[in-house]
Amino acid sequence: MTFSLAELMTCAASRVFDDDGEVLATGIGLLPRLAASLAMLTSNRDLMMTDSQSFMLSTPNPVSGLAEHSGQDNENWMGFSRIFDNVWSGARHALVGPSQIDRFGQTNISALGGTYAAPKVQLLGVRGFPGNSIFHANSFFVPKHSKRVFVEGECDVVCSIGYNPERLPRGYTFDEIDIRQVITDLCVMDFAGPDHQARVVSLHPGVTLDEVLDNTGFDLAVSEFLAETAVPTAEQLAVIARLDPKNMRARQLKDDPPGVRVSVRETG
Amino acid sequence: MSKLASAEEALSVIRDGMTVGIGGWGPRRKPMALVRALLRSDVRDLTLVAYGGADVGLLCAAGKVKRVVFAFVSLDFMPLEPAFRLAREQGAIEVTEVDEGMLLLGLRAAAWGCPFIPTAIGLGTDVIRNAPQIKVVDSPYDDKEWVAMPALNLDVALVHATRADTSGVCEIASPDHYMDDWFVRAAKHSIVSVDELVERDYFHSAEVARRVYWERNCTQSVVLQPGGAHPSSSDPLYGFDPSHFKKYAELIGEAGYSGWADAYLGQDEATYQRSVGGLDSIRALPLPVY
Repeated sequence: MTFSLAELMTCAASRVFDDDGEVLATGIGLLPRLAASLAMLTSNRDLMMTDSQSFMLSTPNPVSGLAEHSGQDNENWMGFSRIFDNVWSGARHALVGPSQIDRFGQTNISALGGTYAAPKVQLLGVRGFPGNSIFHANSFFVPKHSKRVFVEGECDVVCSIGYNPERLPRGYTFDEIDIRQVITDLCVMDFAGPDHQARVVSLHPGVTLDEVLDNTGFDLAVSEFLAETAVPTAEQLAVIARLDPKNMRARQLKDDPPGVRVSVRETG
Repeated sequence: MSKLASAEEALSVIRDGMTVGIGGWGPRRKPMALVRALLRSDVRDLTLVAYGGADVGLLCAAGKVKRVVFAFVSLDFMPLEPAFRLAREQGAIEVTEVDEGMLLLGLRAAAWGCPFIPTAIGLGTDVIRNAPQIKVVDSPYDDKEWVAMPALNLDVALVHATRADTSGVCEIASPDHYMDDWFVRAAKHSIVSVDELVERDYFHSAEVARRVYWERNCTQSVVLQPGGAHPSSSDPLYGFDPSHFKKYAELIGEAGYSGWADAYLGQDEATYQRSVGGLDSIRALPLPVY
């Protein structure tokens, strides 16, 4: 059975929701949304999901080829202001793709370089990251594992709280911060190393540990149970194909690489 | 009492240096005809509060803005708003960058007459480091620290609704009214542009009355402007205009604000609508699918 790297990453990312129970799963971007939808249709049928607009759905919409929203399986109205009521209850797990992630699990989607008054590159702004990070579980999706994303120092603009002792607010403990997993094109990581150090949990087929270490700007712990990332099952691939009939997943990673890598990538 | 006014009449309350909140979200249901009327005016040094799209981008590009209170400025399908991006990278504007939910809390604090609302949002992040005006305070009830999200008191709110009557009863028929009710309630004075004007008895239907999210005494002016949200959407009447947004991004990139303004702004809304293909073509824009 052949599968693409995008499909492997989607299946790995869907597993972050397996044990969540009845929470709102939010995947931002096509592959993260596909991953959350896959989880809702397979491993965790209690998940909740919106139409990315203003309704909660009892069945996820396809991520491609949807002609219109009318006729979808609505569950309840869920306008943006009500999303925050849910966020602040903690019953949500977001899977998002930050531009930078640092060794503390802090992330950046706001701006890069320059000064804060005049950044070299203005990105999105902090959006909902500060609130998400202090209220509910978050996982990260990284299409290209590199030192540009996994930066050596702190993020240029720290948009989400992580496990940085210097920034821990008074009266808080790290138990109140819930960073789950990081799915990249090379591996799966978490922040369950010593003192919440980032830790490699599994390597994608054909990827070496050195490749991961060489493309990360900070030191990583390695799980004593370091495994190969589970490959997609036939059922998962069938559900993915149904959720993405236009095969938009093939356009998310450069050159749509196969799921089992043959060549070793250069350090970058 | 009729609150019907032209955009120019309604906007005459806005003075230099005022704080103006703009409803909608990114490329969705923005009061763009009102924004264009502001672009044609002499007003400057505004502080904008918005879930921003081209409204914020254009006003920044035109030099009308001193400060933006924002969580994002985006056109959704085009994640980075081109004019806002340029203004930021040139250091042309001051910013107060907050979380999307903090912005909502700031509007609620203003609406409720509170100086601030305590929240955990922003703790541990650069939101509080980069905005020293947002204070972190002790709680009288626990040993934690809290962000005191200050009230975002608005001098004027600009929002776009689907329909209104002349007394200021406004219907938002779109699937989401976003935070428009909070913008209106946070403001001393609210100006609502609408696609359609209706009689008072239109609201007698309980179903329609449920799509009214604030009371008429929160609305000071009603501006009738069919197609007035273009190039943003006014669901269910028309979608946003990706091809105009692409053209806008191109012109801003190549020739700056005047590149866009010379080609499109025109002397009035009728000229603008002709330059983008006319009202019928706006009404034919398909609704976005997410």
